[in-house]
Amino acid sequence: MVDSTILRVSDLNVAARAPDGSMLPIVSDISFAIEPGKVLALIGESGSGKTTISLAAMGYARPGCVITGGIVDLAGTDILSLDFPARRKLRGSDIAYVAQSAAASFNAALRLDLQVTETPIIKGLMSAAEAHDKAVSLYRQLDLPDPETIGQRYPHQVSGGQLQRLMAAMAMICDPKLLILDEPTTALDVTTQIEVLHAFKKLIRERGTSAIYVSHDLAVVAQIADHILVLKDGRMVEYADVEQIVHAPREAYTRELLAAAHILPKSIPAKKPAPLSARQHPLLKVDKVTAAFGRNAEFIALKDVSLELAEARTLGVIGESGSGKTTLGRVICGLKAPLRGQVTLDGQVLAPEIQQRDRDQLRSIQFAFQMAETALNPRHTVGKILGRPLQFYFNLSGAETARRVGELLELVEMPASYARRLPRELSGGQRQRVNLARALAAEPRVVICDEITSALDTIVAQAILQLLDDLQQRLKVAYVFISHDISTVAQISHDIAVMRNGAIVANGPTADILKPPHHEYTELLLSSVPEMRTDWLDDVTRSRGNGLKVAQ
Amino acid sequence: MSTAEPTGLRRLASELTPTAIVCLAVIALAAFIAIFAPVIAPYDEGTILTNESFASPGNGMLLGSDYLGRDIASRLGFGIRTTLSVALSISVIAFLIGSALGFFAAIMGGWTDTLVSRTIDALISFPAIMIALIVVSSLGSSFLVLIVTVAIIDSTRVFRVARALGMDIVVQDYIEAARVRGEGIWWIIWHELLPNALGPLAAEFGIRFTYAILFVSALSFLGLGVQPPHSDLGLMVKENMQGLLYGSFSPLYPALAIAMVTVSTNILVDWYLKSTGASLPEEL
Repeated sequence: MVDSTILRVSDLNVAARAPDGSMLPIVSDISFAIEPGKVLALIGESGSGKTTISLAAMGYARPGCVITGGIVDLAGTDILSLDFPARRKLRGSDIAYVAQSAAASFNAALRLDLQVTETPIIKGLMSAAEAHDKAVSLYRQLDLPDPETIGQRYPHQVSGGQLQRLMAAMAMICDPKLLILDEPTTALDVTTQIEVLHAFKKLIRERGTSAIYVSHDLAVVAQIADHILVLKDGRMVEYADVEQIVHAPREAYTRELLAAAHILPKSIPAKKPAPLSARQHPLLKVDKVTAAFGRNAEFIALKDVSLELAEARTLGVIGESGSGKTTLGRVICGLKAPLRGQVTLDGQVLAPEIQQRDRDQLRSIQFAFQMAETALNPRHTVGKILGRPLQFYFNLSGAETARRVGELLELVEMPASYARRLPRELSGGQRQRVNLARALAAEPRVVICDEITSALDTIVAQAILQLLDDLQQRLKVAYVFISHDISTVAQISHDIAVMRNGAIVANGPTADILKPPHHEYTELLLSSVPEMRTDWLDDVTRSRGNGLKVAQ
Repeated sequence: MSTAEPTGLRRLASELTPTAIVCLAVIALAAFIAIFAPVIAPYDEGTILTNESFASPGNGMLLGSDYLGRDIASRLGFGIRTTLSVALSISVIAFLIGSALGFFAAIMGGWTDTLVSRTIDALISFPAIMIALIVVSSLGSSFLVLIVTVAIIDSTRVFRVARALGMDIVVQDYIEAARVRGEGIWWIIWHELLPNALGPLAAEFGIRFTYAILFVSALSFLGLGVQPPHSDLGLMVKENMQGLLYGSFSPLYPALAIAMVTVSTNILVDWYLKSTGASLPEEL
């Protein structure tokens, strides 16, 4: 059959070898095709097999995995029938791969140019001078600053977004037929994500490259893909062009994904303001707090930050990486002593450090960590994890502890029998629930939630947010909800504080913050959240004009 | 790091290799002899049975007599008992001191860590055998002096491993969570840190144990370890060395016992590390 298809994958099956030698299928019966110059997006939650499929498209299976069947046809070559050296020859020149973390893919000790031009030079495809010229032209296409000289820098001398684009230059330098992008913007802040997305889109269009774009974020994918393949548990759920998926999804699961996507709510959620009496006495007050790191406190993380939080309300703190939002949480709970300023709880001034706070003060402010994987001791059962705060703060007996642990598990909608399980026997969402239950075990008045939904799949995160809301209404607990994701914060918060470079640039009720007129930076953040339509990116780039300079 | 788990022992048992089984059998045999030496040994370790030095096996003496005409088999049994119990005491004490200090330094950080670490570095910079010789010869050799001295020397090595293990663990959020709760340092070390360091520490214990055997044997061989008439493997090698000149195997039996126990322990440790996927931190 003569056609112009670049990549045709039919009936792909990949399995993992279990310790007893049996094979567990990871992805089953995957078929798709990519035309020249088109972008296919693989979308699904973690564990849906999207990375496995993209790697199989290069004829590669991760250690422990085996491609058990199917055909991967790259421009007429059946990759799976090739031996290892032949496959390796294809990689880098015919197929290129851009990994999620550019920082981890660059060698910190070598100049960027050397690394970007390495593949064509060692493969003997270009001379060093040709490769350099090619790299510079790619830098220019990717809107990198100082395209002539940026290659002379080291990886730590460029920003995360720039590094991700350099990674794309590295992938594109041999003019591959197929480019595989594995969650290339997931680790980036929203304002950086726009620059990178825009640069990728431009590059793919101008070079006419075909690409596979792996992501869990439908709104991002809608900007760049021509076709979307929705995956769940290693199986194809829906495969259609992007307009159809976004506007007329056929499958229930696709609709669920669309509903849980990180987009700004169409209307501002009608969070009723708390009764006035609660507003009069702020439960938690952060007063002109300045905090710094370094031997001589030379790195200022917080500058004169003042905030108030009333009972049973949620204060959302938004900011990009490095804005000081996590430091703020740590100052409130006493993990980091401020340089100046104080934190008061119910009118009582809290000591700057944990050791000087009394047990009741400690109990009143609890901290929920971002990564439930590392926040729960892998050697402790759920029962011990939840039981310890009960014994520590309330001196409960063994039987009473067991009873309360059961209640706590029910509170976070988990069966009481899970008390005997170890953290690794739980799913990511369940671990985050246990993490939350541990904070609630202390019967706190304030819970600081540090990016607790960021590491979760959108649908699971949605359920956790719902849970937080229910718990607030039942237990009258107040939250400080720290996140980089404005759509999540908008959904759950009564008030929002926007942080940048350690200072609060905007602060007020959610409705006021989200309604124009905005502070300049809030505006930038808001407009950087992808919208669920295919022409959003083009609109934003057009309205921001030349080169998205606002973001820099 | 996936190390021993609640069901760990059963899982470990299913992964026993033939080599590991042989090593385990050797160690079990040595332990059995050590525990029951007074019961199973035909004679007392100090009784002189014959006037003949280095007598050939026979006359109720399974391995012949030593240079004083004592039963080698009996002395070997008591020697294994002494050597293993001394080495075990040393390792246990070394681990109590070393891991407590190491974890403490890791969790405190800052100048506490610097102070403890540099002090230990200073101790490590002296050759171990030299310190032992000086201390034991000036205080006089007794079981207590021997065990405490070698345990302290050994604990410096344990400290390095425990600190390195601890450093990896204290940055985990669950340690932070315990701190926010207001837990004390020692509670955190015991409940949060130790369970996660136990796998690699167990392996390190095996390695330290073999070093303790070798070290005590070396000291005894030099005459500063276990004193006669007690029996000790290193001492037996020393006492009976000239027997080699008369064609007697007498010094080789204790030497073989040392080799078998230490090599078996080492192989078992390697097998354990491999089958649990754990690794020992680089000593920095």
